[in-house]
Amino acid sequence: MAAEARALDPAALAGHRDHPPRMGFFTDTSICIGCKACEVACKEWNAVPEDGLLLTGMSYDNTQGLGASTWRHVAFIEQPGADHDGLRWLMSSDVCKHCTEAACLDVCPTGALMRTEFGTVIVQDDVCNGCGYCVSACPFGVIDRRPSDGGAHKCTLCYDRLGAGLMPACAKACPTESIQFGPLDELRERAGQRVAELHDAGRSEARLYGEDPDDGVGGAGAFFLLLDQPEVYGLPPDPVVTTRELPRIWRHAGIAAASLALAAVAACVSGRR
Amino acid sequence: MKSRTGRRDGGKQMVPEAEFTSYYGRPVLKETVWEADIPSYLFLGGLAGASSALAAGAQLSGHPELARTAKVGAAGAISLSLAALVHDLGRPARFVNMLRVFKITSPMSVGTWLVSAYAPLAMGAAASTVGRKLPRAGLAASAGAAALGPAVAAYTSALLADTAVPAWHDARRELPYLFVGSAATAAGGLGLLAVRPEAAGPAVRLATLGAAAELSAEQLLDRRLGPEAEPYRTGRAGVLLRTGQLLAIAGTGAALLGRRSRAVSALAGATLLAGSAVTRFAVFEAGRASVRDPKYVVGPQRDRLDARGG
Repeated sequence: MAAEARALDPAALAGHRDHPPRMGFFTDTSICIGCKACEVACKEWNAVPEDGLLLTGMSYDNTQGLGASTWRHVAFIEQPGADHDGLRWLMSSDVCKHCTEAACLDVCPTGALMRTEFGTVIVQDDVCNGCGYCVSACPFGVIDRRPSDGGAHKCTLCYDRLGAGLMPACAKACPTESIQFGPLDELRERAGQRVAELHDAGRSEARLYGEDPDDGVGGAGAFFLLLDQPEVYGLPPDPVVTTRELPRIWRHAGIAAASLALAAVAACVSGRR
Repeated sequence: MKSRTGRRDGGKQMVPEAEFTSYYGRPVLKETVWEADIPSYLFLGGLAGASSALAAGAQLSGHPELARTAKVGAAGAISLSLAALVHDLGRPARFVNMLRVFKITSPMSVGTWLVSAYAPLAMGAAASTVGRKLPRAGLAASAGAAALGPAVAAYTSALLADTAVPAWHDARRELPYLFVGSAATAAGGLGLLAVRPEAAGPAVRLATLGAAAELSAEQLLDRRLGPEAEPYRTGRAGVLLRTGQLLAIAGTGAALLGRRSRAVSALAGATLLAGSAVTRFAVFEAGRASVRDPKYVVGPQRDRLDARGG
């Protein structure tokens, strides 16, 4: 199966030979303290422009969501719970998922979106013509077009830092190691142990999100440990890459085109005396 | 944040109230950055592609007046649609970057190559027939445009269906037929508008077939999706879709009944063109509505997970 092969090694399938191991993020939200150091470090390192300073009333969240100029976003959820005086406060740093089967990359008509040797997905800014197809294709609502330059932007997993043997800026800045960076295999193993630990401690609500290579995007390169359902954090509960349906979509479009040609012939021929 | 939402099934039976959760009611997906350019492009590309097919048929079956009109219409429509396509880019000067690669996984890439091949043929066919020059080259261009035209009209359905936008992706099975139907309606409408009724027989028949296909596809879509067709039924999209249906029915009726009157035929043609355009905007708006409200994204995915026991 192609899907299984892709789940194994997206970089090799993109044509990278002798490439480094697939790198990714494991964001353990159970130890996130909502400091937003990741948001700041990301903006600083990547020179991402300011995109609005306002108070939203959404707990401590004033960035609201990922976008063209917000590549790490910390979500804050206040729930009735037993943690602190009847309040449970969930915090989670969201980021591009660097999907194994990446819809943004599939639909990009210019080749601006590409798979790196680390198995991550980046936009080549000098190629992107701002068509916006990736924006509507992403099943996580991550990538967006920046009004000031008309191009699509998102997390690069600090491709420049990786090339120099450094870890991404957000992971480096995270004071609790809620954001962990490393080879995806190791991260998956570590995440499995962490969930087991939490379950043993009675926190049965702990779950992994995006780590399963058999999920709708072939597994995410950036996955999460969550303490509630994904949609509570603004994440889609069961995203599926749209291009899995594309062969059937093309087939129907082809039949429709042929039908139109036949209809035109029929409309002309039936009138002949 | 919990929200309660009653999911309706065509106003008849109520599906049990579904509860879904979202992050402060914010959309999960990003709203499309495409604006009115894109539904206009869908309409104009359909009009052009179906007109080229009609032009070839009309020429072969001895309807030269209709053939000429359809060729000129196709050339005009594809020129306007190219302008809309470039205008919609965030970086219009880089349109040419579309031609760096060919990707079957990107309907936009496939479509750009298709239109790049089709547009010069449609324009050549029109130029030859208007200028009465190079008849053999004109014939070849007409044949080429007629061969590619239906693909130009149909591929836009794949363009919308191959997204994460619930209303577009969920409609993937019906959308191609809806779009080529709408394209045929528009091409027939243009013929009726611009050609004497005595010479517009094929245009009437193509418009009738198109309207029938379009309306059937909409019915099938509504029935198959059930509660998930809500973005097509409600709000601005719902109003537009019903308006498009009324215009298609009225235009077809007037075209069939008013065959002897130049004025009635022309009005019927304009009505059909308007109907086709409104329908494209309806589909576009349904997609936008299905992204704006997170229930259309979260609801079906949550149901799917729960059904799997996840």
